[in-house]
Amino acid sequence: MNRLSSRHLLGLEDAPHRDIELILNTAETFREVLDRRIKKVPTLRGITVLNLFYEPSTRTRISFELAEKRLSADTVNFSTSASSVAKGESLRDTVQNIEAMKIDMTVVRHNSAGAPYFLTQCMETNVINAGDGSHEHPTQALLDMFTIRKKYGKLDGLRVVLLGDVKHSRVIRSNIFGLKTMGASVALCGPATLMPYEVEQFGCDVYTNLDAALDGADVVNVMRIQGERQQSGLFPSRREFSNLFGINRERLKRLNKNYTIMHPGPINRGVELTSDVADGDSSVILDQVTNGQAVRMAVLYLLSGREEGESQ
Amino acid sequence: MASRKYDLVIRGGRVIDPALGFGSDATVFIKDGTLAKIEPESAAGRRSLKSLDKSQLIDATGKLVVPGLIDIHVHLREPGHEAEETVESGCRAAAAGGFTAVCCMPNTTPCIDNQETVKFVQDRAQNADARVYVVGAITKNLAGEQLSEIGDLVKMGAVAITDDGHFLQNPEIMRRALEYARMFDIPVMQHAEDQYLTAGAVMNESFQSARLGMKGAPPVAEEIAVTRDIALCRMTESRLHIQHVTTRGAVEAIRQAKREGVNVTAEVTPHHLILTDEEIGREFNTSLRVNPPLRSRRDRDAVIEGLVDGTIDCIASDHAPHSIEEKDCEFDQAPPGMIGLETTLGLVKTYLIDKGYLSWADAVRKMTINPARILNLKGGSLSRGAAADVTIIDPDKKWTVKADRFRSRSKNSPFVGWKLSGQVVTTILGGRVVYDR
Repeated sequence: MNRLSSRHLLGLEDAPHRDIELILNTAETFREVLDRRIKKVPTLRGITVLNLFYEPSTRTRISFELAEKRLSADTVNFSTSASSVAKGESLRDTVQNIEAMKIDMTVVRHNSAGAPYFLTQCMETNVINAGDGSHEHPTQALLDMFTIRKKYGKLDGLRVVLLGDVKHSRVIRSNIFGLKTMGASVALCGPATLMPYEVEQFGCDVYTNLDAALDGADVVNVMRIQGERQQSGLFPSRREFSNLFGINRERLKRLNKNYTIMHPGPINRGVELTSDVADGDSSVILDQVTNGQAVRMAVLYLLSGREEGESQ
Repeated sequence: MASRKYDLVIRGGRVIDPALGFGSDATVFIKDGTLAKIEPESAAGRRSLKSLDKSQLIDATGKLVVPGLIDIHVHLREPGHEAEETVESGCRAAAAGGFTAVCCMPNTTPCIDNQETVKFVQDRAQNADARVYVVGAITKNLAGEQLSEIGDLVKMGAVAITDDGHFLQNPEIMRRALEYARMFDIPVMQHAEDQYLTAGAVMNESFQSARLGMKGAPPVAEEIAVTRDIALCRMTESRLHIQHVTTRGAVEAIRQAKREGVNVTAEVTPHHLILTDEEIGREFNTSLRVNPPLRSRRDRDAVIEGLVDGTIDCIASDHAPHSIEEKDCEFDQAPPGMIGLETTLGLVKTYLIDKGYLSWADAVRKMTINPARILNLKGGSLSRGAAADVTIIDPDKKWTVKADRFRSRSKNSPFVGWKLSGQVVTTILGGRVVYDR
């Protein structure tokens, strides 16, 4: 079966194992395309993709746009500053107006959890979640899994630490769901004030002690700490955060041999990670960015319903 | 024409009036808008009805005949938000739900913190299909700072005070409100929610908020607020009414306070008795965005227990109409609230009576005499001489909730499409049939 079980990608919580595997396998093919001299295929020629960004984003937006262009799709970009949202138009009216211009697929980033689901109720297009509030960011987790799998050849049985703001990180949430489905063992680590209530129900090991979390792990995926969390008093200072939860060379000794350091970016160097770790041999941070394009190409292709070799 | 002996007679039904301790087949006689008498069914009685005109006779065979239901927590939205509801439409919805009296909350625009606005609402309610009792604002502009002219409000007919929707965060102001209200023997109705703990929250704080990545309101925010207010109520020897109780902690605090003799009463909504926060992630249905939020099963079970053992005195809908436009949006952008007047009875029957938690008599008590007593309202019983406010219920009638059948101007109910058992067939207000299915 070369089809996903849903015509949307809203999150990984309910994504079956075979869907994730299909996306990762398909992404392998597109990853090769990115190493060619001509990095473009005709796969989505004639398909129009709307990139609907209600929140600021640099790398996710560029990554999606490049992925679309490399698949020969036409793209339209929408961001709040240039939209009618400022004039008070509702989300439904906004997207239905754009859809009336004949859009096939929608990529959405929105600050409200559940907004991508809402779009599936007001539009006919396929909807891809590019991050909804603190809920999910499925393509980021897929590219993280792709990157891990590329290095180890598997996900099953690996120990992955997700470090940082567990409460507000959509990347962590999608990683938890995806990694668990794929058979990895997941540890969550961060300050208690950045842990959601009843976090243990995710079925992960939960740590507030970084050294304990790192013991015997293969992968550490470090999340960005947002400045506003500090302002709202969820932790005392960046300095203290760095002392308790910052990754440095010394701490890496607790990890398994052949360990991997990941970060979805943008990095606060010296806070979450020291520069020597971020730029070290075990860091795959830039690979994540490249792989992200391949994964997004795979998702766009699979959801489009186009058959291989078919273009128009 | 000679004056008729009776204007309206309801025969054949089972009359349930917990206040009178009545629960058997009987005939209800209404004259001049008041209840003339209730007589047990008999052959002689049936014969005497032969002389009555057909239009004067309601056959309630197989039905329940109960005192007109009372809902002490309703938002009628007028003045200021007439697109969502008006006094007239809200009372039509009340009648369709079997309610003959409602208490309207003061968070209108302008808010009900002055005599003129009390009078305005009362005038609007003059010919409405339900009695409207006005609840005034505790503080001016519901700002939580300076007491309203509560004496004025009471003089005009306000039956209680509340800053509903806004917890009175400052305990000193709450203390003054309780002391001041005591002079007029009215309760202070509190929306119990410590707002420091719930800032920005859009749902309950639980694993459900964790998995959806939404900001949650912790149950302890309610428990802390209730506990504080009970302490102030105990000290001031005033009357405190806790609105829409949703948590185990609050139920336990109220249970304990009642045991000690503190003058505290409480209400619970049908939705907090039935739904949990697990519903939200399915479709992000904005009708499920309510404040206080839908809680976990554990809390839901505790409020059922509290209702059953009498810790919670009454059922109130917190009928909160919102227009389609306001609710057709992202979950966290939607204003909190759902309508309830037209679904309360069916939900109570289907989910509390049929599941064995309450008998019909218990349920009727919690929707008639108990709420009446909390606010010193007339009604809630079919006693002789009382206004003839009567509700007739088909106890096992199956029906499906349909949005286009709502008489409310708003449709924001998560129960649309639900199949319920138990339906209001006739509602009588002061001897006048205001609803007949």
